[in-house]
Amino acid sequence: MLHLPGPLTEHPQQFREEPPVISFIRSKRTAVAMVGLAAATLALTGCAGGAGGGSSDAASGTYTFWDPYPQFDDTSDWAKLIEKCGTEAGVTVERTGYDTSDLTSKALLAGQQGNSPDLLLVDNPVVSTLAEAGLLTDTDETGADTSAIEANILAAGQLDGKTYGVPIGANTLALYYNKTVLDAAGVDPASITDWDSLTSALEAVSASGGKGITFSGIGTEEGSFQFLPWYWGSGADLTELDSDDAVSALTLWTDWVEKGYAPNSVINNTQTTSWQEFLTGEYAFSENGTWQLAGVKESGIDYGIISIPSKDGGAAPAPTGGEFLTVPVQSDDARYEVSEKIQSCLTSTDNLVATDTTLSYVAPTKDAQTEQVATDPDLEPWVTAVADAKGRTSDDLGTDYPKISEQLWKAVQNSLSGSSDPADALKEAQQAAASATE
Amino acid sequence: MSIDTMERREAPPGGRPDPDPGLPGAGPRRRRGPGASQLTAWAFLAPVVTYLAVFYVWPLVRNVDLSTHDYTVRSFIDGTAPFIGLENFADVFASPTFGPALMNTLLFTGVSIAFQFTIGMALAVFFFQRFPLSSTLRALFLVPWLLPLIVSASTWSWMLNSESGVVNSVIRTLGGDQVNWLTSPQWALTSVIIANIWIGIPFNLVILYSGLQNIPGDIYEAAALDGANAWQVFRRITFPLLRPVSAITILLGLVYTLKVFDIIWIMTRGGPGDASTTFAIWSYQLGFGSTLPSFGPAAAVGNLLIVMALVCGFVYLRVQRKQDRS
Repeated sequence: MLHLPGPLTEHPQQFREEPPVISFIRSKRTAVAMVGLAAATLALTGCAGGAGGGSSDAASGTYTFWDPYPQFDDTSDWAKLIEKCGTEAGVTVERTGYDTSDLTSKALLAGQQGNSPDLLLVDNPVVSTLAEAGLLTDTDETGADTSAIEANILAAGQLDGKTYGVPIGANTLALYYNKTVLDAAGVDPASITDWDSLTSALEAVSASGGKGITFSGIGTEEGSFQFLPWYWGSGADLTELDSDDAVSALTLWTDWVEKGYAPNSVINNTQTTSWQEFLTGEYAFSENGTWQLAGVKESGIDYGIISIPSKDGGAAPAPTGGEFLTVPVQSDDARYEVSEKIQSCLTSTDNLVATDTTLSYVAPTKDAQTEQVATDPDLEPWVTAVADAKGRTSDDLGTDYPKISEQLWKAVQNSLSGSSDPADALKEAQQAAASATE
Repeated sequence: MSIDTMERREAPPGGRPDPDPGLPGAGPRRRRGPGASQLTAWAFLAPVVTYLAVFYVWPLVRNVDLSTHDYTVRSFIDGTAPFIGLENFADVFASPTFGPALMNTLLFTGVSIAFQFTIGMALAVFFFQRFPLSSTLRALFLVPWLLPLIVSASTWSWMLNSESGVVNSVIRTLGGDQVNWLTSPQWALTSVIIANIWIGIPFNLVILYSGLQNIPGDIYEAAALDGANAWQVFRRITFPLLRPVSAITILLGLVYTLKVFDIIWIMTRGGPGDASTTFAIWSYQLGFGSTLPSFGPAAAVGNLLIVMALVCGFVYLRVQRKQDRS
């Protein structure tokens, strides 16, 4: 249940992905060649063992399903739900769970060999990459109905006016706050509506001896993911990284770090490490996602949640995380009909509520959201946050997004660490992004 | 090496007569004729040749091939990656990351090796004078080597954490200012170098120690009789006699350090900005750092690393040849 596409975001299972480490080498010749081998394996990881996907025998009635939830085994509700949807469609579904970062390369490889799974559940920023590669069918081909899905969530899976899957749920970022720390500083969380009021709250917390805010500004996709609510909240657009609005967003973060409202460690924080800082109980705020909800309840911290404010007030659009259920291209297009049945079964309101509750996701349809909030009122602020959220690959950025994002996190790093000022950092980023996406 | 040995056995150089014509095995072998023995030779060679081709030549060729093509996600599927010659290399050279990455790679490798080797040598000489518990202590020095890199790198990054790290808390207790070890552009590279030196010392220690054991004891006795002091013994005997071992230690260290990836990735992700990005990190970032891999430039950077390692290898060969001659 990882919410970011970065191949090495901090996650217990993630370190498996790193290239093999050759610690000490015995002979010179091996040593020299190992460097080559290592470099080549870098380029070729993923070529090892691509499990067979959808076989051509449609008659046998076995449909393959890949998802990024290796934590759910065959006895889990999730696996049973898939099995049930398969039975309803009159076929057997063979499910395999892969690690998130593994799944992208597995899917690409399977596509290359022409044995893609019948159904593929994949992290939303990857959808445009796979679609760009021509691996996915769009909803016109399969006849999937996406009319009930919230437009902003669906947009993450759209490219050039076509929709390449159905979201099964979404998550996004908001601000967790620690009531004890805020009370000690005399700050009312309800007063925080824009950047100025947030900064004065941080100032008050600092003055009262508490610590301000933690977030993740690490030099990976995770850093961009966390910066985007502020970036978009300033009114800036990803196609123009060096706009005045963008500079104001980066200045906000940089000032916080310089004034000590945010710890210097945010430059290296992943979302997990920044969350650990918040769990010490010393910090007033933490920018984090839905998936920490269970953890904060256990921690005993007297917490609350507010939307991330935008510059001039109101909730800022935060980026959406969460997976899309896609139907990869098959040589036998007769299979799409059954695949679509399984897809629509899994994305029906009842099943969405069940799935999204297990995953701590917010459902992508109004009906399912209402039902979710009815069972768990704690989800209310998250439903609001998701309603304001925006897909990273939206605005028709598609496969340009990863290139822009890379420059964005570099600019954040350069500015927060003080190696250049916000305006220069973003100007450099814009130049690099423009030449990368031309 | 195995190739040489085998050829020599099957076809003696200079047409020397078969050394053991009377041996029972020699008769039948000769009767099979040169064709058969050639075949046998190739049969013996085949496993090695296949192994080299599959695991060494092919990946290298593939990597060079990859670096000269415009390889996108689409080419992954339909297999069409247009040949673009050296464009990937041009991109890599023109990239604003190139300068800092080259500088960082050289600094990281050079400084690491210099300290690892000096400290390793000092420790080896120190432990060579056997004293009570010396072998226990020497074993303890191997710990950094035995620890999984993920463990040691994570520990370093906790220790060097700006807010809660033990290093900063010591500095603050002593009245100093917080140093942003991993998050300031001035210190990030230094921090990863320190961690890397710590990890590399045992390797140098072990190899140099075994080198010391090969120096005949009577030379030291003679020096003692001549009244040489400790420094003179080191300067005139130990160091010169350790030269061959030192050369291989440094070469292995170079190759190993050039491609260090995990320590840096775990501690700083190559950041902040490009402050601790080396070629190895950069290659990974290009190939796998985002959802949209650019395999071509990543392979180009990988090739640059190979070239750097090769240059070190050739320098070593030259030095060795010179030593052999003298």
